[in-house]
Amino acid sequence: MDPREMTGAQALIKSLEMQRVEVMFGLPGGAILPVYDPIIDSSIRHILVRHEQGAGHMAQGYAQATGRPGVAIVTSGPGATNIVTPLADAYMDSTPLVVITGQVATSSIGSDAFQESDTTGITMGITKHNWLVTDANDIPRVVAEAFHVATTGRPGPVLIDMPKDIAQASMEWYWPEPSDLDLPGYHPVTRGDPELVREAAEMLLAAERPVIYAGGGILKARASESLRELAERTGIPVVTTLMARGSFPDSHPLCLGMPGMHGNYTAVTAMQRSDLLIALGSRFDDRVTGRVGAFAPEAKVIHVDIDPAEHHKVRRADVAIVGDCRLVIDELLMALDSLGLPHSDATRVGSGGTPSDAAPGAPAVPGSPAASFPRDGIDLWRAKLSEWQIRFPLVYAQTDAPGELKPQFVLETLRDATPDDTIVASGVGQHQMFASQWWKFDYPNTWINSGGLGTMGFAVPASIGAKVGRPDKMVWAVDGDGCFQMTAQELVTASSERIPVKIALLNNAYLGMVRQWQEMFYEERYSEVYLSPDLPDYVGWAESMGCVGIRVESPEEVGPAIDKANSIDDRPVVIDFRTDASEKVYPMVAAGASNDEIIVDPSLMRGDN
Amino acid sequence: MSAYGIDKRHHTLTVLVENKPGVLARVAGLFARRGYNIFSLAVAPSDDARFSRITIVVDVESAPLDQIVKQLDKLIPVVSITELAPSAARERELLLVTVEVSPETRGQVIELVGVFEGKIIDVGHDRLTVMLAGSPTKVDDFEDLIRSYGIVELQRTGRVALPMLERSDDRSNASAKVLGFAKHTEKAG
Repeated sequence: MDPREMTGAQALIKSLEMQRVEVMFGLPGGAILPVYDPIIDSSIRHILVRHEQGAGHMAQGYAQATGRPGVAIVTSGPGATNIVTPLADAYMDSTPLVVITGQVATSSIGSDAFQESDTTGITMGITKHNWLVTDANDIPRVVAEAFHVATTGRPGPVLIDMPKDIAQASMEWYWPEPSDLDLPGYHPVTRGDPELVREAAEMLLAAERPVIYAGGGILKARASESLRELAERTGIPVVTTLMARGSFPDSHPLCLGMPGMHGNYTAVTAMQRSDLLIALGSRFDDRVTGRVGAFAPEAKVIHVDIDPAEHHKVRRADVAIVGDCRLVIDELLMALDSLGLPHSDATRVGSGGTPSDAAPGAPAVPGSPAASFPRDGIDLWRAKLSEWQIRFPLVYAQTDAPGELKPQFVLETLRDATPDDTIVASGVGQHQMFASQWWKFDYPNTWINSGGLGTMGFAVPASIGAKVGRPDKMVWAVDGDGCFQMTAQELVTASSERIPVKIALLNNAYLGMVRQWQEMFYEERYSEVYLSPDLPDYVGWAESMGCVGIRVESPEEVGPAIDKANSIDDRPVVIDFRTDASEKVYPMVAAGASNDEIIVDPSLMRGDN
Repeated sequence: MSAYGIDKRHHTLTVLVENKPGVLARVAGLFARRGYNIFSLAVAPSDDARFSRITIVVDVESAPLDQIVKQLDKLIPVVSITELAPSAARERELLLVTVEVSPETRGQVIELVGVFEGKIIDVGHDRLTVMLAGSPTKVDDFEDLIRSYGIVELQRTGRVALPMLERSDDRSNASAKVLGFAKHTEKAG
């Protein structure tokens, strides 16, 4: 037999190997059965999940931690519909994902066959592109196209729908050259227009109150080093959005931290008062801008994005540059050279300007931006920012009263007890905001969360995917009790595959963020938000899933429990932290309000700090 | 007044797409999910078998044209987009209408069809089917006038369009703008 002759299923697995896929997350079923057979003989590790949503989020966690595309494989019908949420999530957050779904045989498509669903139709609006394979000979080309589309331009999820008869049909193996890809309508632009770049550089030097508004595109473009050089050469402070945490070191004196609905006062207000926003790979999300009409009213905007459709979508840009963030920032740096901006001595300062050993509850003491990066023109601006940082820090007060373990205290203790490059995955809600606020992200790709879609239940499977991709790093999931109940069963996957993730469960017995809104905007009428602290028994549940379960109820137990968890490396650990349900996330800009109406922690208004 | 009036709200996009299954659904789905209004839509194979051409008349009051074009361009099977402003396009549309006629009105209808350079393509005892091709305004006018005789059934194809040819004395450069590969960077005006 011709060695090149093989089944469609074999060709699919071989194509994934050609793409250097090292791991895929999945769960078999009827229509995808033929594809699962050659997996036995493949070099690719397959991780058997307990629910297809878990496979998708694991692939996302893997992709966000490694920068490589995540791969998930599921069956038709319910398998496909169960992975719709991860696809929508990855689409919102521009995460490269390749999802393979089984499909009923081509002769049955359209007949309402068993486990049939219109998968390409359902996922059309939440994938960058999808393919229904109708000829086994197309498989290598389609796989090559899928990985190309998922990972280039603005990254995103793609889906390949594989009918059962196509997987069983025979084909003659080949591997396409890049020129064989049939994508006549796909030509992402990566380099910025030199004229616009020069114009942007001039604006940058002329601005008096500039702010760099760094978004997830910095991480996607691996532009952290370039961003740092830009900030240090120009002395311009940087805000990092929820999707960009870690793209610029939190401990850097020019880092202002997270802007937006729960951003810190300085980051939010710096944008509001700025005269020039340099948006790099960010998209003016409503959670960042607040009421758009009142957002940064005096600012001119330079907007760099690889997706031209983001330009002028929310906010009109004065200079809109289409391109890859890293390439465009490097072009900007060259333009600054030609405009005569000197290389300052500060260009290579180490990070670590902010002491991380501040007493619990004390405000983070900011470094002084003005001191390290002198530059005429914007010193006053940076002095103003420093003043705000001192006046409006993030605060909380840990007391000794029973039942008042503060989530912020847990996170600060966890942060200080783990390596600086620990990967943190989170779910969605209060715990996510607390984690983003109180963690110190100094390394790219160490913060993994569901930003755009806001998918509860993201943390557990995403942390598993991240640990699979980066087994060398410590991986913690910070989760809420509401989120945990949505996807906790994937800890069975983690236990059986020996993936030692650690879960910090901030268990306040409520859907906390909804509770916070009901408290603030619905006159404390708590509608359907109470969950119970001990139903389920989280420790017992963790142990039944093969994990170590630890319960923590008081502040003095926090450190020892974390130390114990950190010492366990052969199975997952869940710590059930019983936290104070009354704690709210501050600052807050109410939905639809102007960012000028930011509500800071009430204690700052009383002047107790 | 017909709903087909030409005004500044309506821009014509001719979109060259890959001739593959499901492409029309992708285009239509994009308009639906982003809330863009389609005014008329016509699809046909192009001169190259690999591609089809979709002519879409969009309502630019439902969303800025810039956004519509860029979102459309993000669809992988969309190869190129040409935008035709109303003043820069040669637009045509085909209308078929079956109209009631009596011995008294038959002559009037035939005369009207003659004036509009239409064609009678089917004749019944008390009905005529008329075909008329022309600019959207002309088709609108005809539809208005024929209505009083009693329309039994009417179908229009939606517009197809090509850019107006430039002439040497043409002062304006407001002709067709080819978007797609060429449209990489731009600056606010």
